[in-house]
Amino acid sequence: MSNFPSIQQAASEQWQALQESSEPVLYLGMGSCGLASGAGEVWDQINKTIASEKVNAQILKVGCIGPCYLEPLLDIQMPGYPRYCFNNVDGKKAEKLFLDYIHKGESKIKPIGYLGNGKSPLNGLKSFWDQPMLKNQVRIVLRNCGIVDPENIYHYIARGGFNGLVNAFDLGPEGVINEVETSGLRGRGGAGFPTYLKWQLCRKAKGQDKYLICNADEGDPGAFMNRSLMEGDPFSLLEGMIIAAYAIGATHGYIYIRAEYPLAIERLKLAIQQMHGHKLLGKNIMGSGFSFDIRLKEGAGAFVCGEETALIASIEGERGMPRSRPPFPATSGVNGSPTNINNVETLATVPNILREGGAWFAGFGTKTSKGTKTFALVGKVRRTGLIEVPMGTTLRQIIYDIGGGSLKEFKAVQTGGPSGGCLSSDFLDLPVDYESLTKAGSIMGSGGLIVMDKDTCMVDVAQYFLRFTSQESCGKCTPCRIGTKKMVEILEKITEGKATMEDINLLEKVAETVHKGSLCGLGQTAPNPVRTTLKYFKEEYIKHVEEKRCPAAVCRSLVEYRVIKEKCTGCQRCVDVCPTHAITGPKSEPHNLDKSLCIKCRACYEICRFDAIAGDAIVIE
Amino acid sequence: MSNVHSIIKSYTAWDKSNLIPILQQVQSDQGYISPEVITAISNHLHLSKSQIFGVASFYSQFKFNPPGRHSIKICLGTACHVQGGDFLLAALQSEIGIKTGETTDDGKFDLDRVACLGCCALAPVVMIDNIIHSRVSVIKLRDLLNSYE
Repeated sequence: MSNFPSIQQAASEQWQALQESSEPVLYLGMGSCGLASGAGEVWDQINKTIASEKVNAQILKVGCIGPCYLEPLLDIQMPGYPRYCFNNVDGKKAEKLFLDYIHKGESKIKPIGYLGNGKSPLNGLKSFWDQPMLKNQVRIVLRNCGIVDPENIYHYIARGGFNGLVNAFDLGPEGVINEVETSGLRGRGGAGFPTYLKWQLCRKAKGQDKYLICNADEGDPGAFMNRSLMEGDPFSLLEGMIIAAYAIGATHGYIYIRAEYPLAIERLKLAIQQMHGHKLLGKNIMGSGFSFDIRLKEGAGAFVCGEETALIASIEGERGMPRSRPPFPATSGVNGSPTNINNVETLATVPNILREGGAWFAGFGTKTSKGTKTFALVGKVRRTGLIEVPMGTTLRQIIYDIGGGSLKEFKAVQTGGPSGGCLSSDFLDLPVDYESLTKAGSIMGSGGLIVMDKDTCMVDVAQYFLRFTSQESCGKCTPCRIGTKKMVEILEKITEGKATMEDINLLEKVAETVHKGSLCGLGQTAPNPVRTTLKYFKEEYIKHVEEKRCPAAVCRSLVEYRVIKEKCTGCQRCVDVCPTHAITGPKSEPHNLDKSLCIKCRACYEICRFDAIAGDAIVIE
Repeated sequence: MSNVHSIIKSYTAWDKSNLIPILQQVQSDQGYISPEVITAISNHLHLSKSQIFGVASFYSQFKFNPPGRHSIKICLGTACHVQGGDFLLAALQSEIGIKTGETTDDGKFDLDRVACLGCCALAPVVMIDNIIHSRVSVIKLRDLLNSYE
């Protein structure tokens, strides 16, 4: 018999007590982005103030709620009131807020919104979810992020956690697969393979031992959806893994996670420990007779290990090199046993589907791409952060309505990481779903959306990605190993102003060969950044080749830094910041810039623009 | 080395799937993978030294030189690149006088590039000894470096 109902009871009592606490409760966003913005300092300060004021108050660490540009985010919940959210808090602001609230019950510092229930005494204060960045989002997989304490299993359970698993055990393995089929869920790692089909293939494969692996090796530079999810709601991933394992009959579970995500690793370890404590993992889970355990494997830093067969090689202790398929991992994976690999977001979506039903999930999205998708909205956009929207939302809605538009004139949006492409403003009304993005020459990918404005050079971007893929190529097959290197060489010639139009033709040809001839997805998609920039931004390539000019003033070989004598106020700010001492000049007189020493690092340019007494005298031409 | 031996012995012998976890644990203890470590692992797991070096050198996490007192990891992910990460790297290299993969002569800093630290919304970011610094500009760089002993 399962003791889960009594755990649920205890969890909901604890959660209720927290909402109705007679003491102030503070919630601090302490995901990696919160910490990088200074949440650690806020944490120390508040704890110090609680001790010095001798008040009874508790402070909880929560995950990332999404709008990273507002971090660190601190919520203050006074007895009987909802959580008031304060943005960009530092130690000093946090102390003032806390003192104001405990002594006066209010503060001159205004919150940006509130979360949860209770009376709202502040005139006109809107819900946190009504903010422009949040109001068009639909949060399914991120529903707990930033709301619950990710280190407390009771919070997760109180908000419906493990109800999906209870339903799964009622439905039986085939029933679970049918439910996932109804939901229309497709792989969130980027390829979009139907999840139910993958599970069915592995379920039908013959073998005593079966492996379920969660691919948490989020290798795409510019993407952090999985990190935030694992840091903010680790239990949802683990519940999803148990459901998937039950459906396919897996006996062993692994999470292959990047070593660069220490906080996510720590939270997952803690979550696994708590689940063992409540018999929600291990032998005979919930008295169902089903046994399953999950272990963490830290990846050691290789982009190619996102490819399934390479990931398996890495788990076995080998160099992470892909092999040709078939046999597919579903029939022969880890140690030759049937293996099913799913992405973090795919698995963390599953408990929601089992809890609310496949038909409910299929109610979001488009005809072929169901449900919601998380994106890391970053780059030259006003409101950066982690978002979740229904499939089929247009790029314009994401970049302008949610992101607030680009900093300067919009130029492009990059999706799908190094395997994806750059889309121009002509594609702003493109609905984001698997088919539309592929048709436009890019891919859905795992969910990085990098906005670029007129200060971004598209040739430089293509070069950046190709350098990345050529360095990350495992070297097994020739088209990828040699081809990506050749493409980098041609792109270098172009960005250095040494190329001819013939080189652009050659670049196109090599791109075609690498695409067609490579063994795995890394090589096959590596040319995408080049192909899309050539297709949509060819005039930039031509300017680099024919005019030897970089219109965005990014490519270092093609630009020079110059001090405009008439504008220079002689403030010496640039002299201070120049790392190579290329700028000299006495105070109050126009400065000199020695071009032979200049490394073009932009330090002088930036300080000349930001500092009040400088005169915008340094230009890049 | 006694620490290293006890780390290695805590893993099952002959089991190749332990290779990467052992390398990771040794590196987090010692800071890098020395030739002696490779020999010790080779004896325990019964793999040739070249096999071990082949695996270790495949992954970007493993270092083969002693690190400095402070480890700087500059993020060169896409968001950081677009927000000027490359310029930051140029300034950083010139400021401390080493290239990526090297350690300063006084042993103060070592410098590495990483593909992405996952703090893209706060780009460009630099990690020094596991602390992530957000929105690091070329202007703020010198003050940041000076705050380390």
